Amino acid sequence: MKISFSVNGERADLDVEPRRTLADALRDDCGLTGTHLGCEHGVCGACTILIDGEPARACLMFAVQVDGASVSTVEGLQGTDGELHPVQEAFVACHGLQCGFCTPGMLMSACHLLDTKPDADRETIRAEMSGNICRCTGYQSIVDAVERAREGMCVPAVRDSNTAAPWGATFPEE
Amino acid sequence: MKCAPFDYVRASSVEETVKVLGEAAGEGKILAGGQSLVPVLALRMARPAVLVDVNRVPGLSTIRRLDDIVEVGATVRHSRLVEQPEHPLLAEAARWIGHTAIRSRGTTGGSIAHADPSAELPVVAVATGASVTVAGPHGSRDVDAEELFVSALMTSLDEDEMITAVRFARPARWGFAEFARRHGDFALVTAVVTEVRGRPRITFGGVASVPQRATTAEQALADGKPATEVARIAAEEIEPTADLHGSVEFRRGIAAEMTRRALVQFDSEQEHSR
Ligand SMILES: Cc1cc2nc3c(=O)[nH]c(=O)nc-3n(C[C@H](O)[C@H](O)[C@H](O)COP(=O)(O)OP(=O)(O)OC[C@H]3O[C@@H](n4cnc5c(N)ncnc54)[C@H](O)[C@@H]3O)c2cc1C
Ligand code: FES
Ligand code: FES
Repeated sequence: MKISFSVNGERADLDVEPRRTLADALRDDCGLTGTHLGCEHGVCGACTILIDGEPARACLMFAVQVDGASVSTVEGLQGTDGELHPVQEAFVACHGLQCGFCTPGMLMSACHLLDTKPDADRETIRAEMSGNICRCTGYQSIVDAVERAREGMCVPAVRDSNTAAPWGATFPEE
Repeated sequence: MKCAPFDYVRASSVEETVKVLGEAAGEGKILAGGQSLVPVLALRMARPAVLVDVNRVPGLSTIRRLDDIVEVGATVRHSRLVEQPEHPLLAEAARWIGHTAIRSRGTTGGSIAHADPSAELPVVAVATGASVTVAGPHGSRDVDAEELFVSALMTSLDEDEMITAVRFARPARWGFAEFARRHGDFALVTAVVTEVRGRPRITFGGVASVPQRATTAEQALADGKPATEVARIAAEEIEPTADLHGSVEFRRGIAAEMTRRALVQFDSEQEHSR
């Protein structure tokens, strides 16, 4: 089936089988392998992208469904000059990633969260980001990163008791 | 795994949907939010020959207030239920469904048709005495929510029928409490206490194959028994089964506590301003 949609502002024209998931079409037909596939059941969140600004699991949609829609993936976050998006910068600064597998989904979820709830408190961030699973970081640094991005790059002033290192060390900021 | 091949039809009307389902003679499935169907297809637990996508059918994504009823169109997404002010109980229940990226796709019609025993919307449908509007080859009919749910993941819908809307009564008072292991997980137990058409209802999700009412406890509540007593009767009345998430005793214990919490909210609610 012939479809056309916009991905990160560029037009994509594809001819796909109806059963092709949007995630597979993005990765294999558009070459945008930033959208990761973990569970392919909607549970892990690695494939989270935005469709017309709304978050969705790319593994639970068929490519034919986005005909005429506008899709945003992690590749669209960086500026044309290669400059990182503020949310990406915050993830780097706060060690919001280790292996990076979950990161594309985390970033897209965080972008949507900060777009729709720019004053989200830490509790809201924790709840909203709970749909994305990370096997590495232990989550605190991810929540830190989203808070930092929210603060417009300010260093988080207070760390909650969960994240304070047991030995009372302070975390150096570069 | 990937889905088996299927034909894809992007329907532009309810009539077309019903017609395509009829022609598929049992081999057709409606595709709404896809949040339950696509995992089922990927596991090849179902291999329909035709998927009818109803996401672009006009007229199915409206929320309308009709006196004491709120009519929710089949393709209204869970995220919109959270935001709407017309039916606060529905908004509260929808908040508990999965995560943001699930709620922005999943639909009311899909949740009701999927009939998951732990899902929130079917419980609210029974708790509010909702009526489900169903379109078929011979026109439209209304089904009581309680008669729609037959068993886990099974409804009384025919293969060529489609839910077009669900009419939820606005309860005079309500209380909602849910327990899940992690934020966004399906409920272990959901308890909903409502006052509908002058009568109290106590409805559970997650304890049986369909949303279950505790009618003895409802009578105790109507008789003015205290909350702890009503909660105890309700937890004894239901018949939960044990699974990897918990034993029967555990579920009864949780059910009693969720009932108690829902009753506290129910009691503290004033009559909704109409
Ligand atoms: C990670 C994850 C977590 C989730 N957590 C929860 C949760 O906590 N609580 C919860 O309630 N749900 C949860 N869900 C499921 C979600 O709510 C689904 O949106 C919902 O169950 C099905 O709605 P849908 O629109 O996605 O339907 P689909 O998946 O498109 O369809 C489901 C079934 O209903 C049929 N159908 C769809 N629309 C109609 C219609 N109008 N008429 C007749 N038949 C129709 C389909 O043919 C299919 O058989 C979760 C899903 C995921 C992936
Ligand atoms: S791969 Fe889509 S949610 Fe896990
Ligand atoms: S950084 Fe490895 S899964 Fe999150």
